Amino acid sequence: MHFLYSITIDPFAQIIAAPDFFLEVLVGGLLTGVMYSLVALGFVLIYKASGVFNFAQGTMVLFAALTFVGLIELKLPIWLAAVLTMAVMTAFAFAVERLVLRPLVNQAEIILFMSTIGIGFVLEGLGQMLWGGDVHTLDIGLPSGPIKLGFITISKFDLVAAVVAGLLVTVLAIFFQRTRIGRALRAVADDHQAALSVGISLKQIWVIVWTTSGLVALVAGIMWGTSLGVQFSLTLVALKALPVLILGGFTSVPGAIVGGLIVGAVEKIGEVFWGPALGGAIEDWLAYMLALVFLLFRPQGLFGERIIERV
Amino acid sequence: MLYREAGQFKTSYAADQAIFPILQDRLALVVLLAAAFIGVPLAANEYWLSTIFVPFLCYALAALGLNLLTGYAGQVSLGTGGFMAVGAFSAYKLATAFPGLHIVLVLLIAGLIAAAVGILFGIPSLRIKGLYLAVATLAAQFFLIWLFNRVPWFTNYSSSGVISAPPRAVFGHIFVTGPEAQPVGKYLFALTVVALLALAAKNMARSATGRAWMAIRDMDIAAEIIGIRPLSTKLLAFALSSFYIGIAGALWAFVYTGSVEPLAFDIDRSFQILFMVIIGGLGSILGAFLGAAFIVLLPILLINVPSLVGLNINVTTVTNLQFIIFGSLIVFFLIAEPNGLARLWQIGKEKLRQWPFPY
Repeated sequence: MHFLYSITIDPFAQIIAAPDFFLEVLVGGLLTGVMYSLVALGFVLIYKASGVFNFAQGTMVLFAALTFVGLIELKLPIWLAAVLTMAVMTAFAFAVERLVLRPLVNQAEIILFMSTIGIGFVLEGLGQMLWGGDVHTLDIGLPSGPIKLGFITISKFDLVAAVVAGLLVTVLAIFFQRTRIGRALRAVADDHQAALSVGISLKQIWVIVWTTSGLVALVAGIMWGTSLGVQFSLTLVALKALPVLILGGFTSVPGAIVGGLIVGAVEKIGEVFWGPALGGAIEDWLAYMLALVFLLFRPQGLFGERIIERV
Repeated sequence: MLYREAGQFKTSYAADQAIFPILQDRLALVVLLAAAFIGVPLAANEYWLSTIFVPFLCYALAALGLNLLTGYAGQVSLGTGGFMAVGAFSAYKLATAFPGLHIVLVLLIAGLIAAAVGILFGIPSLRIKGLYLAVATLAAQFFLIWLFNRVPWFTNYSSSGVISAPPRAVFGHIFVTGPEAQPVGKYLFALTVVALLALAAKNMARSATGRAWMAIRDMDIAAEIIGIRPLSTKLLAFALSSFYIGIAGALWAFVYTGSVEPLAFDIDRSFQILFMVIIGGLGSILGAFLGAAFIVLLPILLINVPSLVGLNINVTTVTNLQFIIFGSLIVFFLIAEPNGLARLWQIGKEKLRQWPFPY
């Protein structure tokens, strides 16, 4: 009885008793969600253009952050470190296209998926061999500390992260909608063969999307690295991006953002108000359970393309 | 010249339906089983038995279970570790709650409990498939591990969250779990379980059940039209797969490590077993064994190669190199033979049939 009370009535009573605290938790959750979206964006870009579910995205985030931090620790100026890291991620994109994707053209989704796990292993070993396995602190002068907005208190850094994510999505949206390459990317996403037949080079497109998602990984890596420190556990953050993808749909950029917000908010509210009754750390699985239940009702996600099957 | 079925006539239905219709295959199997049951216990020392052969058998059984689900029924699952944990922890609860229960019954009931959990988490497969399903099964993985970590009832309120297998014996006095168990006994027990379950899996795969799974895998709508029920077929695949994986988890906890914590069955374990299935060959019983052998032996090889060649590299570099080589090998294998080691074996047999006069 007590248990039932503590999961059905008590949390709501708490919420009603302290609405400003609830709001604070909610906003905190939404801002964490933005950070998930940053990682999820990289997944969506690659899945849209090549149908590859890139499991190495998390490792790419770690690798980009490690390279960036490593270069800064070599006393390079921040802008130079960023440019060099981008160059490294571009080289990585070329290598992936040449060595992995091209030989695996036309293979089943699961094979491509497994190959990205292989890429993840290589990248992980490489990153730690080059830059060491210690925790690096990353400080590029982003503001931190609390700020009072109206009657709730939030962290300045989270606000910056939200602004960065917003900018990134806007830039990507413009890139996809308004540029020649963006149109080519959308064409490839719609239909590989049709895109090939009007003269769009698949190889080029793949390099472009992997580079783009490498850059998104760098941004995500900088944000996550600043808040958690650049370390191995960054790859686990990528796992949190998966329920985000399911909620938003694998192929939708706005879906990644909305999904991230939902996951972030639900996770924080669940942990704060329901967590104590259930034994704590329910953050670990709440997002997945949410995604699982959600899938039962809407298999394609919020904004995903409708799944149509033909025999 | 040696491997040829010329002159072997099938004169009865039974002969036609044999698992291994070719005499040479049957002989090879007998030799293999004899080597596994008699040769290995005689030749291998305790270290080899308990660190290579027993874990290999546990992995192979888990890979076999996942192969039924992913290879035959086409449902990708990343929740293997979670189901292994269900098997391990329910076996522990059973063995401690009913001290008189025979170890074989403990394993079977643990498998059944895992099967029930598998059905529960298999329900979404009726609506979703492919990678969406794979991500959905992660819910099982994370939820189950959390459950065993956080609910003290599962570990009998042990403060460290670690469970230790109580001693159990077969045939009265041969201990297979617990501190008194000898590696040889453990190995033979695990081998018997795995061999029997592999035989059952082989027969399932080539009977109506397996054919229904394969039809669902190849195109579920078409399968539905020819009269295969997706609901029962998919859920049966989840149930049987989880049954195998659950027993593998119970063997892991009871026979291999002896004591285990939920973290041993985390997401990395799930990926490891998925690798075995893919590298060994999707939809092949032999593949599960080959894949397990590959994944178990590769790290041991990678650790020992530098010292064998006389190179002196420090430990962290070796670990990192191991990551790189492991990742590259996976990509290489996927490129070279996406159908896995089992397919290579098949090609080898085809070549052998024509040798020495290929046309």
